Amino acid sequence: MSPYETVIGLEVHVELATRSKMFCDSPTTFGAEPNTQTCPVCLGEPGSLPVPNKQAIEHLMLIGLALDCRIAPHSLFHRKNYFYPDMPKNYQISQYDLPLCVDGHLDVDVDGESRRVGITRAHMEEDTGKSLHVGATGRIAEAKYSLIDYNRAGIPLVEVVSEPDIRSPIEAQRYLAELRAILLTLGVSDVRMEEGSMRCDANVSLRAPGDGAFGTKVEIKNLNSIRSVARALTYEIDRQEKALDAGDTVVQETRHFDENTGKTHSLRSKEEAFDYRYFPEPDLVPIEAGQSWIDEVRAQLPELPRARRARIAAEHDLTPEQATFVTASPASVEYFEALLAEGAPARDAAVWMAGELARALNTAGENIEQSRVAPKDLAQLIQAVEEVRVTLNSAKKAFQDAYASGKTPLEIVEEKGLQQVSDDNAIIAIVDQVLAANQAEVERFRAGEEKVFKFLVGQVMKATKGQASPQVVDQTLRARLS
Amino acid sequence: MSELWELSAAEIGFMIARKETSARAVVDAHLSRIESLDEAVNAFLTLTPDLARATADDVDAKIAAGEKLGPLAGVPLALKDILCIDGVRTTAGSKILENYRPPYDATVVQKLREAGVPIVGKANLDEFAMGSSTENSAYGPSHNPWDLARVPGGSSGGSAAAVSAGFAPLGIGTDTGGSIRQPASLCGVVGVKPTYGLVSRYGVLAFASSLDQVGPFARTVKDAALLLEAIAGHDRMDATSIPDDVPGYAEGLESGVKGLRIGVVSDWIAGEGVQSGVTERVRTAIEALSGLGAEIGEISLPSFRYALSAYYLIAPAECSSNLARYDGVRWGLRARDAKDVVEMNVRSRTEGFGDEVKRRIMLGTYALSAGYYDAYYGKAQQVRTLVIRDFEKAYERFDVLLGPTSPTTAFKIGEKADDPLAMYLNDVFTIPSNLAGAAAISLPCGLADDGLPVGLQLLGPPQSERLLFRAAYAYEQARGPVPAPPLWVTS
Repeated sequence: MSPYETVIGLEVHVELATRSKMFCDSPTTFGAEPNTQTCPVCLGEPGSLPVPNKQAIEHLMLIGLALDCRIAPHSLFHRKNYFYPDMPKNYQISQYDLPLCVDGHLDVDVDGESRRVGITRAHMEEDTGKSLHVGATGRIAEAKYSLIDYNRAGIPLVEVVSEPDIRSPIEAQRYLAELRAILLTLGVSDVRMEEGSMRCDANVSLRAPGDGAFGTKVEIKNLNSIRSVARALTYEIDRQEKALDAGDTVVQETRHFDENTGKTHSLRSKEEAFDYRYFPEPDLVPIEAGQSWIDEVRAQLPELPRARRARIAAEHDLTPEQATFVTASPASVEYFEALLAEGAPARDAAVWMAGELARALNTAGENIEQSRVAPKDLAQLIQAVEEVRVTLNSAKKAFQDAYASGKTPLEIVEEKGLQQVSDDNAIIAIVDQVLAANQAEVERFRAGEEKVFKFLVGQVMKATKGQASPQVVDQTLRARLS
Repeated sequence: MSELWELSAAEIGFMIARKETSARAVVDAHLSRIESLDEAVNAFLTLTPDLARATADDVDAKIAAGEKLGPLAGVPLALKDILCIDGVRTTAGSKILENYRPPYDATVVQKLREAGVPIVGKANLDEFAMGSSTENSAYGPSHNPWDLARVPGGSSGGSAAAVSAGFAPLGIGTDTGGSIRQPASLCGVVGVKPTYGLVSRYGVLAFASSLDQVGPFARTVKDAALLLEAIAGHDRMDATSIPDDVPGYAEGLESGVKGLRIGVVSDWIAGEGVQSGVTERVRTAIEALSGLGAEIGEISLPSFRYALSAYYLIAPAECSSNLARYDGVRWGLRARDAKDVVEMNVRSRTEGFGDEVKRRIMLGTYALSAGYYDAYYGKAQQVRTLVIRDFEKAYERFDVLLGPTSPTTAFKIGEKADDPLAMYLNDVFTIPSNLAGAAAISLPCGLADDGLPVGLQLLGPPQSERLLFRAAYAYEQARGPVPAPPLWVTS
């Protein structure tokens, strides 16, 4: 047991899925040819001016409302000034001391307990372009030259900043998963971490339990998946623990997480921190969020994941874990409901989704909306197991093969002859063959050696290639041996 | 019979519409005058004869086809080289943008195209509009048509000199702290600083975004009103643009000033550093307005003494951010053989920017720094609020305020170039209107005893342009024609 309490705060950046960029009409399509989704405004051409995207502000407001934030009636855009080659204006339009959404919270479930994490603020800003360093290694130092793609420049970003209320890497993971689920449910972002549409920075410090003051914090950058956040935090907590145990102090600094080594390394110290020279963006007017506008946006709030989970768990008698899984995203709920519509029992549907389907999706690196096994086909498989036409083991195998091949699971069952042998006469015949071939074991069983029964069951299963119903084999053997 | 280049915009527009002359002839007359005289004046950084002739020909074709065009169709214009024209070199008077060709038109340029106004060239200015003499231009100063050894004022000195010299009856400038009104005053022409947000800033290279405003130059009040009417109006590309409809500024000019309450700003009229010849001309103008039936009173505006200091924090702060994009990555000058990005940034900016721009970037960077923001930028914004309140109080008693535009007449080239503070004092009477986002106009009120033009400034609250034009027009009619600059006579 560690003698320290861990204190974590997370800053999450989410790219919004608006049709046009934050301050201009350029489209936001991901993966387009470099520098084709641009205009004078997002290129920062001299003389161009930003005009805010109302849809993006409404998306932010939705996020704020979903996180129980107060929507500030008067909020401002500021300029955050620093030089960076892929930032066209060398300042980022962001929000500073007057963000749109403040003082919210997010409840997350950890080990069956609900924990409340405060949300300091959620605000609006614009994304930067991307540099591409051309050379053998792709690193800037060895590059022959660098190219910049401004397609991403000006894409609306929302930053959600938590209070330092998170106490462990697993809590951080749950927080991020819950936030992701909310964003998906709101339909405001694709939340694809691999495409960079959700990025996370973590602040972490240690302190003696009961100590009111915070320890020295370290900021970790470059966390591109929920798993990376947990890995980086685990590494960093360990590093800080060792430093404190050795009587050293933790240095306030920004550290970079290396995906390959799983380690963090120092990027810059507090002394080297940028002075962003924030000041109110004079090209924009304040955001005045009147009550009627807020109410209008609030009316668009859908059922949120937590409420939906509770409802689905109650309606279908699922465990909290199962309910969490089937409601992980709108697509997931859709899949679950489709399974039910096709007649699958809710519990079986949840077990299959959390088990075999999740495994297949992970292996293929796909999302549930890309599933190659349709709900209808999975429902038929579940029904076959239910009706004892296929054993559970065969069904699982058929499902994975089906996912890999693109056939339906029942086609695989048919093709590979995986149907369960439950025909009594067929089994009686096989049992008799096995008994005839194993006279010595039959004698020992009859003499009271009970463990031999298991051997005989095994011989029958082997002869049926595992396709006999275990119950039927058991009953038939006992009947023939009595 | 006057030469075409001597005529006012209204006269030229009228003649073209009546086919008494052609837009092409008008443009050619102005281009040939520019060709023979601009070597001495240096009003233009880039001439755009092809663009001007194409616009003129289009106007002539439309008129021949019986189309009814606006009052300024075919009237040549000098555009300050800080507004973008698609594909035309736009330097902002800076070496850092020596070869920058924007890929788009400023909204004002689009409106001028729609109005059929031929743009004859891009006019000289102080680098990025920072200065009061055009001496900060990387391409050499412009010369005042009244005395070629003197400055035309700035920063829109090229546009003012062009209008004064007869290179174009119309000019476009920008006014951040007086950059239209002061050169108008020094060159003896009319210059208007419109209400903040009245004219779109889209496509105008930013100096200080919360203060910058585009406005007209002309030789008569009516021409200035017609030009403002053509360029004003809401623009969805500028979030600070006023959404209201534009009233007809050239209508009702003749309504007079009878009963109009005019407040003379007493701190300015005989203030420290105000040339006696300037005070004298302004007093004469006050008498004329009084004679026209205006009610004259006096007012003191105590907060205005801090306005200059506040301005020289706010404007540099904004410029330090606005000019950050000139870093050698994408536009204009890029230092060669830099070892890394930072060195390229630093050297491109060191080589590309002039002294005054660097001075203001440093001032502004300092004013916004952590730990100094409240003392400098924050305090300056408070002064701005006080200035706005003083104006509001003044406009409870008066309809318009009056004073000189500039404390002095045109000074010699080089006279103040090495003394930034003396240079900054040129804007002491013009800056308050920028801080308040309000409207003001400068128009000639005769020559001082040194034989140089003096500008009369009329100030009004935001969106008071109609009133200001009316008062200015009444005075202009009472005043009668002003003498022409020597450049007109010697040519």
